[in-house]
Amino acid sequence: MTVTERQQRAYVDAQAADMRVAVELETDEGMTLNLGPQHPATHGTLRVIARLDGEQVVWADISPGYMHRGYEKLCEVRTYPQVTTLVNRIDWLGSFANEVPFILASEQLMGIEAPPRARYIRTILFEMARVANIVLFLGDLGVQLGAVTPAFYAFRDREHVLDQIESVTGGRFHPNFDRIGGLKDDLPKGWIADTKAVMQRMRMFCDEIEDLLFGNEIFEARTRGVGVIPADVALSYGLSGANARGSGIDWDLRRDTDVGLAHNEVDWRVWTHPDGDSFARCWVRLQETREATKIIDQLCDGLPGGPIMAKVPRIIKVPEGEAYVATENPLGEMGYYIISKGDIGPFRVKIRSASFSNVSVLPWLLRGVYVPDIITILASLYFILGDIDR
Amino acid sequence: MSTLTTLAADIELAWWQQTTLRSLGVMIAVLIPAGTLVYVFLFKMMSFMQSRLGPMEAGPYGSLQLLAEVGKFIQKEDIIPWRADRKLFAFAPYVVIASVFMIYLVVPFGPDAYFVDFDTGIFWALAVSSVSVLGILIAGWSSANKYSLLGGLRAAGQLIAYELPMVLAVVGVVIQAGTLNMQGIVAAQAEGEIFGFGGIGNPFVLTQGIGFLIFLIAMQAELTQTPFDMPIAESELVSGYMTEYSGLRFLLFFIGEFASAGAFAAVAATLFLGGWAIPGVDLDADWMNVVGPLVLVAKMMLVAFLVFWVRFTYPRFREDQLQQLAWKILIPLSLVNILATMALKVAF
Repeated sequence: MTVTERQQRAYVDAQAADMRVAVELETDEGMTLNLGPQHPATHGTLRVIARLDGEQVVWADISPGYMHRGYEKLCEVRTYPQVTTLVNRIDWLGSFANEVPFILASEQLMGIEAPPRARYIRTILFEMARVANIVLFLGDLGVQLGAVTPAFYAFRDREHVLDQIESVTGGRFHPNFDRIGGLKDDLPKGWIADTKAVMQRMRMFCDEIEDLLFGNEIFEARTRGVGVIPADVALSYGLSGANARGSGIDWDLRRDTDVGLAHNEVDWRVWTHPDGDSFARCWVRLQETREATKIIDQLCDGLPGGPIMAKVPRIIKVPEGEAYVATENPLGEMGYYIISKGDIGPFRVKIRSASFSNVSVLPWLLRGVYVPDIITILASLYFILGDIDR
Repeated sequence: MSTLTTLAADIELAWWQQTTLRSLGVMIAVLIPAGTLVYVFLFKMMSFMQSRLGPMEAGPYGSLQLLAEVGKFIQKEDIIPWRADRKLFAFAPYVVIASVFMIYLVVPFGPDAYFVDFDTGIFWALAVSSVSVLGILIAGWSSANKYSLLGGLRAAGQLIAYELPMVLAVVGVVIQAGTLNMQGIVAAQAEGEIFGFGGIGNPFVLTQGIGFLIFLIAMQAELTQTPFDMPIAESELVSGYMTEYSGLRFLLFFIGEFASAGAFAAVAATLFLGGWAIPGVDLDADWMNVVGPLVLVAKMMLVAFLVFWVRFTYPRFREDQLQQLAWKILIPLSLVNILATMALKVAF
């Protein structure tokens, strides 16, 4: 693992900030700035408490939990098919991706395997959720940095992806389409051709955003070298997804684990960036969107026939046991640890959501940066509040 | 002597009549361009750039949206925060808008259509334009809000930094025109010639291209438009110094923002694009008092288009990067521009 100059500088900065915060806390000077829970940059109710010296942050902490909905507890009083309705709302921009790991874990416990066609369609929808999610990230990135226009382009083009999801599942935002043993329905007629056109369009959108934002000097000046996360810090805080890959960690659950999705049957690559700064994270996400469109294209080409539902008993009772299944969701590793006592509902569900771990690095990361950089870092770490608070 | 001036000389107006007329004229000169800019650029051009339609309901093609907005702001509750310095808080918007009015005083619209003809007109315009900083600083401080305070201080630092390149960019024009008088600068451009060719006069944008560029960048910063909108920075500081303002006071800030965009664009059009004059037309012609303002507004819209185009496209700088741009690039560049202008002035 190579350590770039930027990553080395991040260590020095963090140590300098440590020294300063010691002085700061002793003298009790400076100003405490509360970013949130109601603040335009936290797109939700994240609260960042920052202690400032002028415009420089000397100490920062985050206070999540303003949107805690108790999903882990709620899962315990629901049957297995009912849980997908709940977990849809965790990462609300890529809803379908939330259902998949839970269903996979349940299938693993029951010893059922979904038929190949269901596996393929599952993967297609999984990747579509990723596109829908990250496209909005790319647009929102501009807004956070002061450029309003990309957000409108993102909303315009994301609508096509949502249309495709809607025409299969009937829901734009919360499909609730995944079932233990397969899927609720088959694809509608003509869907594949439409999807390919939409994916072509999304690739065009990526090119457009690359022109508009990533090629912009001001954007580079704002993001390069800002919020550098060295690889070992990323590992020790449990960062996952594009945040880890932006720090040069070549790790993607879609490639590295085989949980029963069709990713390993198509040709795609995992992008990493050695710098670990905000630009690297954004860039990795841009490339991932392109890869996701390619995955969908190839899966559509090789879609096998056959049933979309395995033989599953009418009343689902999961045998006693424990299972943990994690998938590479748009925001990072998302996993469900299910303990079953043989009932119609889970005994205990632990949800490992990506954003919660991803934002845990913020107190380390925010020390020594300027106030505008807080926003850049928050935007580039990319969290969904529902994913932090659950 | 043109007939209009003789006409004006014949009709002796009482002092209060003249004052009323002038006040009305300034109101029109401030509000009409501000409204036009908001509708044409903020409502419509921005919408088209963002692949949407913008306001379409109020009036044909949304043209009455402005009135609806004003009505909305007037109805809103005027909230003054509990800890705020009430007098200063109420006073700040007026300071900002007063500075715009004072800029328009010296902008000439035609041979006889002007409010005041100062010998040092451009000097006055640049001087009063920085009065608005006071208003912003007062607003930021008196709101008793940390975001407002940060915004106000950012604005102060930024406007002071960009005052200098702006003045230095204008110095080139002044050297070339040989006068500080705005009418004199217009005349110098209309009657000037480039390398012996006087067909289109000499709009200083041709010979002072670098100066025009620096002036535009500094103007963008003075107006706190993206990419220099850190004082407002809606994703960082909520709304900067305007965070706590609502209702009519917010409207005043809003008008101030766009009216000063119009004022600066008018100054830029006068300095670099030839002002109200049309090349090849007699400068003293009577009808220029009617056509001149239209010509100036057209040129003003052209400059404002550049300003807003950049605003809708670019992300914003960070505060330190902005200062670096001002002190390390723009000021040295404008000094070089002045030296080159002086050398060429002596040579030709």
